[in-house]
Amino acid sequence: MSAPEMHAAQAPVVDQEELQHARAQRRDKIAKWSLPILMLALAIFLWDRIVVWNDIPHYILPGPGLVIRTLIEDWGMLSDALWVTLKITLMALGVAVVGGVGLAVLFTQSRYFEMAFYPFAVILQVTPVVSIAPLIFIYVDSRLAGLLLCAWIVAFFPILSNTTLGLNSTDHNLRDLYKIYGATRWQRLRYLQLPTALPYFLGGLRIAGGLSLIGAVVAEYVAGTGGIGSGLAFRILEAGYRLNIPRMFAALILIAATGVVIFTFASLLSHALLHKWHESAIKREN
Amino acid sequence: MSDHSIIPPMGQRDELLSMTDVDKVFNGNVEALKNLNLTVNQGDFISLLGPSGCGKSTALRLIAGLMRQTSGQIKWNGGLNEGDLGVVFQEPTLMPWATVEQNVWLPHRLRGKSLDDVRGDIMWALKMVGLEKFQKSYPRELSGGMKMRVSIARALVTQPRLILMDEPFAALDEITRHKLNNDLLMLRDKLKCTVIFVTHSVFESVFLSDRIVVMAARPGRVSAEVSVDAPYPRTEEFRTSAQYAELCRKASDALHGAMNQHGERASA
Repeated sequence: MSAPEMHAAQAPVVDQEELQHARAQRRDKIAKWSLPILMLALAIFLWDRIVVWNDIPHYILPGPGLVIRTLIEDWGMLSDALWVTLKITLMALGVAVVGGVGLAVLFTQSRYFEMAFYPFAVILQVTPVVSIAPLIFIYVDSRLAGLLLCAWIVAFFPILSNTTLGLNSTDHNLRDLYKIYGATRWQRLRYLQLPTALPYFLGGLRIAGGLSLIGAVVAEYVAGTGGIGSGLAFRILEAGYRLNIPRMFAALILIAATGVVIFTFASLLSHALLHKWHESAIKREN
Repeated sequence: MSDHSIIPPMGQRDELLSMTDVDKVFNGNVEALKNLNLTVNQGDFISLLGPSGCGKSTALRLIAGLMRQTSGQIKWNGGLNEGDLGVVFQEPTLMPWATVEQNVWLPHRLRGKSLDDVRGDIMWALKMVGLEKFQKSYPRELSGGMKMRVSIARALVTQPRLILMDEPFAALDEITRHKLNNDLLMLRDKLKCTVIFVTHSVFESVFLSDRIVVMAARPGRVSAEVSVDAPYPRTEEFRTSAQYAELCRKASDALHGAMNQHGERASA
């Protein structure tokens, strides 16, 4: 037992294969960050060159420089719009989390409840929100409530279906064990089902984060009416009517960036909650 | 804690549990158990040995109260109280999100006891299985054998009157299995606990138990009982002794007898 260890301590023996493996790992580490940044920079550079070389007028395709300038010049208006969209997105996501998890818990507590209400959830999910939105804005007076409702309809389903799946995925031996030790319904839910469902829920949250942004933007397109309290989608529409293409791009970039930030936060949350125990978040050695 | 007594010899032990004429029928026609009679005495180490489909796991689930018999009686001497049962499954069945300590806490936690109140019990149980240094570890950080030890500690933590083990070491490698067999006997010696151990290994059943209940399939029933009168403590030497070989032969013959009974019935 100790002989090879002592040998290793005196002169580490590294064979060719391991050296190659180490080099490949180092390369991977660098490429993981540098490659996406490089490609993104390249794409922006090409965009710029295409505009310049072909003399494309800015009302058809603005170059990246002009878009950035517009972003800075119109920041006052765009940041207000960003704030409105962000507020609706986050509120919708919050309601989707509460509603999705709440419904999922009810579904798993009663099979009959699930049988009775699951069809409604599916119908809401499969009907395109653009086709429901006009009706919503007819029946709901408050513009904010209408927007929120649209975004919620789009966002809640992945949370509902993922969490339901997770709550039903408990280990059957653990379920037996809980039964033997006389666990109450509440104890089983709190100590067994909810922790089992957590990774599933977080997977749903990542999808729902993006969807609530999409829901908020689509709802704004449909709601249309401008004035105070208009979000990014309305600014895009408005800029489109005025052929202000650079501003359209600037607003578009803000929407995309918002989506990326939401996704990043959801991923970080997922990592923070799971890295100690869940397979998906554990780095494999060798 | 319970080093005050020795396990009395077989024949002088108090009754703990009796199953009388127990039948279990699934789907109206599959006889999982037919006419099972079994008396478990305090201090018994009973192995249920048999081919798959002989109803040994069904018997265990009936005792655990996870299902109810179709007919017949299961009677506990003094009734079945909270914490009387400890269970170990074939898989370690640990909660991956909880630390070792929190996993062992489970039986107490479900009875509404806080971690601080039962920390002593938990440390005692972990010490029994030799894992007192791993209380803050997560299951994924442990080897298969260690996970199984945590599972055993969880079964011990309420100091149960009866421990049910459903092929607990079947998925482990042989070296680990032997080690855990030895440690289980040591625990039994220390705690004077009663164990019902389901297995399909003749060697394991002979090494561990003082009674082997051999079961036959279709319908599941008791076919023979082999008493293993080798004295405890049993050590590694016992594994290589002539007596062990002889007992294994006896148990093996009984098992073959059980399988042939089934064969005759099937061909009749």
